[in-house]
Amino acid sequence: MQSTSHAFKDNAHGALADERLQKALGKMKVGFQDKRTRAVARLPEFDTLRDQSRDIKNHVLEHLDLYLERFEANVIANGGKVHWCRTPGEARDAIVEICRSVDARIVTKGKSMIAEEIELNDHLEKNGLEPVETDLGEYIIQLRKEAPSHIIAPAVHLNKEDVAESFMKAHDKLDPNRSLEEPRALVNEAREMLRQKFLAADVGITGANFLIAETGSTVIVTNEGNGDLTQTLPKIHIVLASLEKIVPTLEDATTILRVLARSATGQEFSSYTTFSTGPRRPGDLDGPEQFHVVLLDNGRTAMLGTEFQEMLRCIRCGACMNHCPVYGAVGGHAYGWVYPGPMGSVLTPGLIGVQEAGHLPNASTFCGKCESVCPMRIPLPKMMRHWREREYEKKMSPQAFRNGLGIWAWFAKRPDMYRLGSRIAMGVLGMLGRRKGKFRSLPLAGGWTDWRDMPAPEGKTFHQLWAERQQGKASTGAATTASSSSDRKAA
Amino acid sequence: MSEARTQILTSIRRSLKRDSASPEMVSTVENRLKAHARNLVPQRSNLSPSDRIDLFVSMATEVAATVERLPNLSRVPHAVADYLASQNLPAEVKVAPDPQLATIPWDKRPTLTVTTGRAADRDLTSVTAAFSAIAETGTLMMLSGPEHPTTLNMMPDTHIVVLRADQVVGSYEDGWDAVRRRDKEMPRTVNFITGPSRTGDIEQTLQLGAHGPRRLHILLIDGPSV
Ligand code: SF4
Repeated sequence: MQSTSHAFKDNAHGALADERLQKALGKMKVGFQDKRTRAVARLPEFDTLRDQSRDIKNHVLEHLDLYLERFEANVIANGGKVHWCRTPGEARDAIVEICRSVDARIVTKGKSMIAEEIELNDHLEKNGLEPVETDLGEYIIQLRKEAPSHIIAPAVHLNKEDVAESFMKAHDKLDPNRSLEEPRALVNEAREMLRQKFLAADVGITGANFLIAETGSTVIVTNEGNGDLTQTLPKIHIVLASLEKIVPTLEDATTILRVLARSATGQEFSSYTTFSTGPRRPGDLDGPEQFHVVLLDNGRTAMLGTEFQEMLRCIRCGACMNHCPVYGAVGGHAYGWVYPGPMGSVLTPGLIGVQEAGHLPNASTFCGKCESVCPMRIPLPKMMRHWREREYEKKMSPQAFRNGLGIWAWFAKRPDMYRLGSRIAMGVLGMLGRRKGKFRSLPLAGGWTDWRDMPAPEGKTFHQLWAERQQGKASTGAATTASSSSDRKAA
Repeated sequence: MSEARTQILTSIRRSLKRDSASPEMVSTVENRLKAHARNLVPQRSNLSPSDRIDLFVSMATEVAATVERLPNLSRVPHAVADYLASQNLPAEVKVAPDPQLATIPWDKRPTLTVTTGRAADRDLTSVTAAFSAIAETGTLMMLSGPEHPTTLNMMPDTHIVVLRADQVVGSYEDGWDAVRRRDKEMPRTVNFITGPSRTGDIEQTLQLGAHGPRRLHILLIDGPSV
C-alpha cells in the first residue's frame, strides 16, 4: 500500500470534516470499549495472563533464531515448506511462483495485514491472478478499492448504506431492485457470492496469528469461518506470516489466545481458532495438497535489540486503537499506511522509515490508555517518545518547533531569566485575555488557535503559584488533599 | 531463497549481539519444547465433572449454540429429525464417516435421508463427532482425519455435533493433553469452534452465518454409547 503517512495532518483534517466517517467512528468506539471491559471483568486472572503473555514473547525474541529453525524443521517433517523472505518483493515472488506451479487463476484470501504490507493483491493482479478477499470487511473494501481502516475491523469506517451501494455496483448480475437495507441481506449476499469463489479457488492464502515451533503449526483466528474455507477447499494453502509471530508450544499459544479475543472484540473466544499442520494426510477426504509458509522479515529483525524490540510482541488485537482518542477522532485512513492507531504510530516508522512516517508518533495525546489496555504490555507511549527523539536528532521536526525548543532551552538553563521571562509573558497574556478568558488567535500559535481557543492564563506563573501554596501550607499546617487523578490501571 | 534464510538468521543474531546460540540457550529451548509446560490456567473450569458440563452448556449457549442432552446414542436419529423439522429444514444429513456415528440406528427415523462423506456445496446439514469440548468457553475441539473431514464443520448451513459428556474437559490445555495421549502426530487441522459463524463487519451488528454454519446444534450424550 502506497503510504500517505507524511500527510497525516491533512488526512486528519479531512477525516474530522467527514460526517459519514464520524458517524461510523462514533458507533465503533462504544462497542469495542464496553465489550472489552466486560470480558476482562469476567476473568480474574486476566492481568496475570497479560504478564505471562509478555514473558512468553520476550523469551521468544531472545531465542528467535532457534525457534524459527525448529519451526521450519517441523513444517518440513509434516510435509510442508517454509519460504524465507527478507523483503516484500521476495515474498510476492515466492507466492506468485507457487501459484504458477499449479496454473492458478483464482486466489482466495483470509484476512492478512502482512498481505496489505506487501501490497499482494496488486501484484497478483499484475500477474494475471484474481485475488478475492473473503473476510466480509476486507471484501467490502476490496470492492471499493480502499485500504482497511482498522486491523481487525477493516470496514469499520463504513455505514451499511455505503456497503449496499458497493454491492449494487459489483454484483451487477443480480436483481437491481432487490432490497439491501438490512445488514442481514448484505451478509447473505456476500455469503452467496463468496461461496462460489471458495469452490473455484486454486490457491488459498491466510495470515497467521501464531506459528508454533513445537509442532510446525500455524494458527488463525476468525469469527466468520472464511479462513477455514480459504485453506480447506483449494489445492494449495499458503500461510503468509511475519517471523515474530512465533511461540514455543501449544500451551504458550493457548495462553496468549486467552487475552487476544477479549482484548480485540471482547469475546471470550473467537468462533473459530484453527491450528493447521502440513498438507492433508493420507486418507483425508479434504484439505490442501500443499502447505507453504511464506515467512517475512521486512525490517523486523532490525528492530530486535533496539528500543523498539518490545513492539515485536504485538498480537494485532486492535485494543490500542479502540481506546485511542486520536484514532477515535480521525479513523484509520488518516494514518496513511497499513497499521493505524498507537501500534501503527510505533510500527510504521520502523517499517517504512521515520522520514515518511515521522508525523505518526506525534499523533498522540500521551494519555497512556493504549498501554493500559495492551494485552502484551507494550509501552507504546514510551516508544512514540523514542521516535520523537530520533526525529529530532535527524533534524526532521519543523524549523519553528526547533527554534522554539532552542529558545526554551536557553531560558531553562538560566533559572532567573526563565522566571522573569515567564512572569512577564503570563502577566501580559493574563491582562490581554482577562475580558474574554480565552484567545481566538495568537501570534505564532496558529496551529493551536485555528482549531480551538487558547484559555487565557490567570496572570501568575506556576512558580509563583507553587511558592504561594507552599507558604499557605506552612501557615495552616493542613494537609492538602491528594489529587484524585483517574487511575489508569483500573481500565 | 536459502541465502535469504541465512541472512535473516544472521541478522537476528547480530541484533541480539551474539554469534550462534550458546549450548545453554539451545538446551533451554529444547527443554521448553519438550516440557510444553502449562502457564496459568484460569480457575473458572476447575470443577467437578457435572459442574464442568453445566459450565460448557451455559458458555456454549451464550455464544448462540444450542445444546440438547440425550441419554444415549440411539436417541440421535429422533433428535436430529425433530430439530430439523423445528427449524423448517429438509430431513437430509451428511454424516461424518466416524465409526461411533456409524453405530447410530439411523433407520429408526426412515424419513431422514442419511449419506456419509465430506461436505459438498449442496449439503445443508452435517452431523459430526467432536474430539473433545472445552468447558471454559463452551468450545468444541474437532480433529481432522479420514473419519472427520473438516469441510463438514464449515460448509453446511447447519452443523450438528455429537458429543459425549465424558469428552468435556475444563481447559484448552486438557484438550491438548488428550491430543497428545493419542500418541499420533498433530492432525492436519484442529478446529476450536465456539458458537456458529458470525460477523460484526457491517456497522458492528452481530450477524450469524457469515461463511460457516448459521446454526450449531450440540447433542450431548450423557450415557455410554448406544
Ligand atoms: S500494540 Fe498491544 S493493544 Fe495494540 S494491537 Fe498490538 S497487542 Fe494489541
